[in-house]
Amino acid sequence: MSTATTNAPQKRSFTAAASVYVNERTSIAGFVKELGRKAFPDHWSFLLGEVALFAFVVVLISGTFLTFFFQASMAEVHYNGSYVPLKGVEMSVAMASTLDISFDIRGGLFVRQMHHWAALLFVAAIGLHMLRIFFTGAFRKPRELNWVIGFVLFILAMAEGFTGYSLPDDLLSGNGLAIINGMIKGFPLVGTWMSFLLFGGEFPGTDIVGRLYTLHILLLPALVVAFVALHLVFVVVHKHTQYAGPGKTPGNAVGPPILPVYAAKAGGFFFIVFGVLALIASLFTINPIWNYGPYDPSPVSAGTQPDWYIGFADGALRLIPPGWEFVWLDRTWSFNILVPIIAIGVFIVLALMYPFIEAWVKGDKREHHIADRPRNAPTRTAIGAAGVTFYAGLWAAASSDLLATHFSLTMEGVIHALQAVVILGPFVAYFITKRVCIALQKKDREIVLHGFESGRIVKLPGGEFIEVHEPLDEYERWRLVSFETYEPLMLRPNSRGKITFGQRLRAGMSRWFFEDRIAPVTKGELEAGHGEHH
Amino acid sequence: MAQDDHSGTEIAAADSSHAAPAASPGTALIAQDAFENPGFPPHRPRVTDEDPKREKRAQRTVYTLFYLSIVGSVWAIAAYMLFPMESNNVGDVRLNNLFIGLGATLALLGIGFGAVHWAKSLMYDVELVDERHPIGGSPETQAAAVKVFQDADRESGFSRRAVIRNSLIGALLVFPLPAVVLFRGLAPQDQNPIELLSHTMWKKGTRLALDPSGAPIKASDVTMGSAFHVIPEGLQDLEHGKLDEKAKAAVLLMRLDPKDLNELPERKDWSYDGIVAYSKICTHVGCPVALYEQHTHHLLCPCHQSQFDVSNHCEVIFGPAKRPLPQLPIAVDDEGYLIAQSDFTEPVGPSFWERH
Repeated sequence: MSTATTNAPQKRSFTAAASVYVNERTSIAGFVKELGRKAFPDHWSFLLGEVALFAFVVVLISGTFLTFFFQASMAEVHYNGSYVPLKGVEMSVAMASTLDISFDIRGGLFVRQMHHWAALLFVAAIGLHMLRIFFTGAFRKPRELNWVIGFVLFILAMAEGFTGYSLPDDLLSGNGLAIINGMIKGFPLVGTWMSFLLFGGEFPGTDIVGRLYTLHILLLPALVVAFVALHLVFVVVHKHTQYAGPGKTPGNAVGPPILPVYAAKAGGFFFIVFGVLALIASLFTINPIWNYGPYDPSPVSAGTQPDWYIGFADGALRLIPPGWEFVWLDRTWSFNILVPIIAIGVFIVLALMYPFIEAWVKGDKREHHIADRPRNAPTRTAIGAAGVTFYAGLWAAASSDLLATHFSLTMEGVIHALQAVVILGPFVAYFITKRVCIALQKKDREIVLHGFESGRIVKLPGGEFIEVHEPLDEYERWRLVSFETYEPLMLRPNSRGKITFGQRLRAGMSRWFFEDRIAPVTKGELEAGHGEHH
Repeated sequence: MAQDDHSGTEIAAADSSHAAPAASPGTALIAQDAFENPGFPPHRPRVTDEDPKREKRAQRTVYTLFYLSIVGSVWAIAAYMLFPMESNNVGDVRLNNLFIGLGATLALLGIGFGAVHWAKSLMYDVELVDERHPIGGSPETQAAAVKVFQDADRESGFSRRAVIRNSLIGALLVFPLPAVVLFRGLAPQDQNPIELLSHTMWKKGTRLALDPSGAPIKASDVTMGSAFHVIPEGLQDLEHGKLDEKAKAAVLLMRLDPKDLNELPERKDWSYDGIVAYSKICTHVGCPVALYEQHTHHLLCPCHQSQFDVSNHCEVIFGPAKRPLPQLPIAVDDEGYLIAQSDFTEPVGPSFWERH
């Protein structure tokens, strides 16, 4: 038999040969075909999550380097390294090895500072990313679970930060642990024993650094990596949200393909984040433990501050008025510790649950892939502003002493002012934000109906001056009119003729959300508007 | 326009027809008279698409950035060798940090800006369109998944054999408990935290000593208005648990004009000639209350700003703390040194549940 299909060996490039080799052993072609040319919507605000991811990669890389030199032991030694002022001082091995990383290992200080700066950026970028998600409604169906995963990551990142901050066993971090010890002891029933178990006996003991080290480099990073992976899988499954724009519909995703443009931009952006962190680490000192000295339970300096992301918790402790502690049933109830913890806990749970609350109020079961402009969801945006104000008040309280000394105020005055900010501020922020959003929506309507100010002043025959308004083109107009509003829920009896409490609550919430609303301009309105002379 | 989920197609025409979603819109207002999506605006070419000179320049910029990155890497390696820091001199550490860091910065930013510039100015400027599908998949897929579970349930008898199922659930709930119990080993077995928290190193006759030197303090050395950081004598010689003991036993010693002291009747003999000793550990969450304001006789905790009034047996006058700082009863021994009359009469430091 002579068939023509003899497959003469063709000249193949190395890339093609390598691809075939790999694919025939991994079946990766399907994966590449699936993902390689996916459209990835593009916007500057989408970079915040990338900053968080890339900062985390930098944390992993720099942290791995540090583990080769850091020794998580609290055994006492007399320091004998290069930093002269501390020579001979008794300190833990952890502190001494951190000093060695800083003063005896070339480039060690650089990596240590990059690790710390990257950790600060990691938490900050997560926070900003969450604000972006919240204010654009990108947590709506189908992304509610990814919001929860992201929230868990935020908390894990703070835990990573705190455990890492505590490792060098310097004066500041030891004081931070003293505060944690005091807070844990304030828990009813279990507090005393939890502290006893955590510290392996009495505070400070000789175990805590080793235990935090296990959490910091093993357990917590494993969780963070797992949740980041899950978070990204969901981004692929859901496809990214996009802002409203001409051609963009709830049913499509528009953007440059992953290969090559998105990959090049994101890959390049990773190096930019890495590079900026390297620049900061080479120019700005962070956590100079050699100035603080080793941990000692007796001294402390004024104006001490935790890392920024712990500030809100520390501030919450400061804002409690005197006397919130009672002995009842022969037991001590430390409400001066419990109230801040409960308040922060409630705040976190409300933020975590917000997507589900909003979905329940709206009853909207559709998928949402177009990100809202914040002004087009005034109540949500106002709630977010209230939350930000609450957090900011707590956060500022962590610096109450510095605020007092820098601005020559009384300590008591600053605390009382911040108590007002935390309790009344959210209401003020809510009201102002909602009004501003509605005003901006009205301005959008005005522009759609009457065009934008062209800057061209015309004198009419009667001597009157007018500024000519130019109508928007259809693409610009689409950005301003393509949003949806919701109306308050009408209360109707159910099939058994009853109005349940749940329905009443939902109707009340719905009224609160949507009573004041501005609808987008419709075609009819625009046509009617054209009839007017202006 | 032809659309393929896996490989987007270039934008060619408007797509304003989107199948109406089947899911309930809830209370959303669906406007009857809404504007229609105008479709994609015409593509605007970049300068590098139109002007070959600009394209050349962009290309030059990109490869220059990549070469600069190599320079940065080499610089960082050179800096590692050229800026030693073994001289016990902090300035050398700073230089080493700065130059290694700047080299690494250039290496990283060169790659970063080069790649982004390449993508933005030279790679094809196309936007693709992917169609979205319901996240839940098709009804057939969902039905098939439900069937898998139903089959599994039927074949295993998970629902039917309730006794087996419930006993398994019970076993699964209980089996992690031993692992939890093992963690009791985190703290010593033979110690009781409540007992430990209730006592410090101070006992009858322990001399008050300076922190950190450990030198005992004579009453005559404590001048009017002065304040001393105090530890029990012998603390520095402890083999183990020095910090643990110090964390409870740290004391502040102050001398006030006896006229200014408003002492409780039962504590009249706890001070000596205006000299008073109070625990330094804050009753809020346990920071050292280290700041003494001499003219007001106020103590301030720098962590959360609790203030204690020394002239009024250290009661709280501001801040989140509730209880006064515990007072250490003191006296003077035959040689004129300050000594403790006893241990503190209450647990020091932050509150805890069993405290009463």
